[in-house]
Amino acid sequence: MLDKNIIAALQQICGTDQVLTDKADLICYSYDATQKQYLPDVVVHPGNVEEVSQIMKLANEKKIAVFPRGAGTGFTGGSVPTAGGIVLGLTRLDNILEIDEENLVATIEPGVVTEDFQKAVEKVDLFYPPDPASLKVSTMGGNVAECAGGPRCVKYGVTKDYIIGLEIVTPTGDIIRTGGPTMKGVVGYDLTKLVCGSEGTLAVISKIIVKLLPKPEAKKTMLVLFDSIDGAAQAVSAIVRGKIIPTTLEFLDARTLDCIRRATDLDVPDAAQAVLLIEVDGEREFLDKQVARISEIVQPLGVVEIRVAETPAESEALWQIRRSISASLRQVNPDKYNEDICVPRSRVPDMIRKIERIADKYQIPIVNYGHAGDGNIHVNIMVDGKIPGDHEKAEKAVVEVFEGALQLGGTMSGEHGVGTMKAPFIDMELSANVLDYMKIIKRALDPNNILNPGKIFPSEV
Amino acid sequence: MAKLKSLEDFRDEIDQCVKCGGCRAYCPAFGAEKHEGRVARGKIALADSLLKGDVDLEEKFLLDMSQCLLCGSCYAQCPNKVHTEDIVAATRREIANRKGLSTFGKGVGTVLKNQGVMNLLAKGGGAFSKLLFKKIPDQSGLRLRFPAPFITSDRTLPPLTAKPFRERCPEVISGDADQPTVLFFTGCGINYMYPESGEALLKALKFMGVNVIIPKAQVCCGLPAVSAGAAETVESLAEENLTVFQQNDYDYIVTACASCHSGLSQIYPGMGEEFDQYKDKVKDIFVFLIEQGFADKLAELPKQKDRIKVTYHDPCHLRNHGITKEPRAILKALPQIEFVEMEAAGTCCGLGGTYSVYHYDTSKKIGAKKAGHIAESGAELVATDCPGCIMQLQDSINHATEKQRAVHILDLVAEVLPG
Repeated sequence: MLDKNIIAALQQICGTDQVLTDKADLICYSYDATQKQYLPDVVVHPGNVEEVSQIMKLANEKKIAVFPRGAGTGFTGGSVPTAGGIVLGLTRLDNILEIDEENLVATIEPGVVTEDFQKAVEKVDLFYPPDPASLKVSTMGGNVAECAGGPRCVKYGVTKDYIIGLEIVTPTGDIIRTGGPTMKGVVGYDLTKLVCGSEGTLAVISKIIVKLLPKPEAKKTMLVLFDSIDGAAQAVSAIVRGKIIPTTLEFLDARTLDCIRRATDLDVPDAAQAVLLIEVDGEREFLDKQVARISEIVQPLGVVEIRVAETPAESEALWQIRRSISASLRQVNPDKYNEDICVPRSRVPDMIRKIERIADKYQIPIVNYGHAGDGNIHVNIMVDGKIPGDHEKAEKAVVEVFEGALQLGGTMSGEHGVGTMKAPFIDMELSANVLDYMKIIKRALDPNNILNPGKIFPSEV
Repeated sequence: MAKLKSLEDFRDEIDQCVKCGGCRAYCPAFGAEKHEGRVARGKIALADSLLKGDVDLEEKFLLDMSQCLLCGSCYAQCPNKVHTEDIVAATRREIANRKGLSTFGKGVGTVLKNQGVMNLLAKGGGAFSKLLFKKIPDQSGLRLRFPAPFITSDRTLPPLTAKPFRERCPEVISGDADQPTVLFFTGCGINYMYPESGEALLKALKFMGVNVIIPKAQVCCGLPAVSAGAAETVESLAEENLTVFQQNDYDYIVTACASCHSGLSQIYPGMGEEFDQYKDKVKDIFVFLIEQGFADKLAELPKQKDRIKVTYHDPCHLRNHGITKEPRAILKALPQIEFVEMEAAGTCCGLGGTYSVYHYDTSKKIGAKKAGHIAESGAELVATDCPGCIMQLQDSINHATEKQRAVHILDLVAEVLPG
């Protein structure tokens, strides 16, 4: 429990209504999509950057942990209050401050919901590509803190590729600006990129300057069914070698397709052992040509069937197969370990084979799908928490999956980040001197280790 | 014996929530007030904590649990298909069990018995006279929907009728021998507030030669009591209606109220085996009429020259059960109408059973969005299939100082039928 005076000070800063201490309120801000729960001492919703700054100064002085929070949809525990303290909810800062059509730049607050921002820029024919699966609810602040990805990133890159400037509040409470609205800028360190993906451990984001693109005129969706994962993987390489970068290149492996067949009545022929969902975008007249070219490239690679959507409704029907995965997986087992390793795209089939061996070894279903175009595989280790030993098996399997990805030159997380979930494994990927380099930065900027402590690094800094 | 599920019975369903937070995009209450306690994910975490004994029935807990419209918007979009609306209703019953009905909300339970509330009702708003309200049985859902806080506000209400619908019509209306027989479950809204919509339904069924039974012994479906957490009321109402269902001979039970449809086809079947056989007999009037070929007959009527623009609002309790095409098909077939779709036709109007009674401010915010969409559609009328929605839609339109009228689709149907 926090001292009464501290609660009173927070109320002084933000107003009584914005400071929550009732148990029911604390429960509501105790979790994220990892389903792990930690009760904070207090939940505060500041209304402007000055309030954020004052909260940080108070917390730093009194050495109280602060956990910045957007929508709380992360998969690695980035926002959960692991050490009590203050949950700093940033959803009231939800204004789109400017969409500058001349410079193709927008300035927004961190609480803006990703999809709302996308819709706003698309109204003036502009485009913000990163599209994490949670975009209907996730906030831009959270997206920047975690450097969110998504299916479209194979062509367009990830969140950090679009963030050119920030206003941040430092762990000691200073308000500073990094980068700016220019397309170029090399004066001093690139602090903007440092903060992107730092999982709320280095700064509280209070304003975001975003680079935009012209909105593509049209898009076209196709679904290619293969008789083997190798065919699908070779197709990915062949398409890229053919100098076509699709907007999305999603794959589903045989076990995923099995789940979908069992759980839905979607048309997935038994002969299909892997599926690629491919989307291309750009000027309308070029799309048919691109689709034809892709069809030609993949044809010799064990194609069972190619479906091309001619209307938005048909496109939606093709996407339905991808969207049905999440619910279908639950037919296999109720609980899942949801990992998001990334390997060089040519190594996807090797990785899938490694995973299949791990699944056989531990006699545990592992279902794989994801962003084949950038080698980012969502590895779902399906367990039943009620069966004794299932969790232990899964935890061993997770470690072997990470080892496998690293052996192939990959990483243990392409999108979700480290948070609390992968912190125990981070030294598998990062050497001691790299970790030290990072910890030195963290220690210098947050001397009292009050900002999102317990995340990324396995032990206290 | 009719028996509603307890919160404990939802243990497994609560565990199905993986806290993805997707519900934040669809919950109307969360949309109006961005607090995690408003949204399905938060409520499930709270229900879970209550079952585990980690939280007491403190004020904020009660507030969060009262802040749910039971609209099922979250369920419709939930990847794991968790019925949060059922979990919240069960939690409200749990609250009533532990603390007594009157502690929930601001005294919903007292409405059923309290003479003082009756007096207040008579005073509040010219729409109600004490005399008229006396005609409404103690257990009618309208008593829950119109307690004192409801009618003392600046709310537009339909007048209560001096002669309820079921007193206006015979219990049996014979049609053609080769046509089916339906039991018309009128619901309180049509019986006491919108009897003309009930008469319009009879006109449509007569046009089709359908035989109709309108048993006088039927009572409120109990859905507002589900919303209030009044388990015993729901159970006794269900028992009474079960007797009515058992004592008559018919092919289908038709409803012209989304809430009643939901009560009969979704709530009752979970209450005991004896209810199971009626689940498939319950049909929304427009589903029934479409099956009978009514739309084709309407389409044969010559289209009128100056047609009026009409849009459609999906009541949550039909949308959740996949009934979205049939009401639109009827509207599109009507000769005097030009149908226009509005944005977000499927989002909740904001009434939410007893929700709007105790959270009128939030309810108005939700309604204001709806009123905006109606105005943007360019329609003069917004038609729907639920008396509760009609009441809320009209109130929202009036608050927005717009001019559209909210009507039942049946009223429009009756305009073009002979007789």
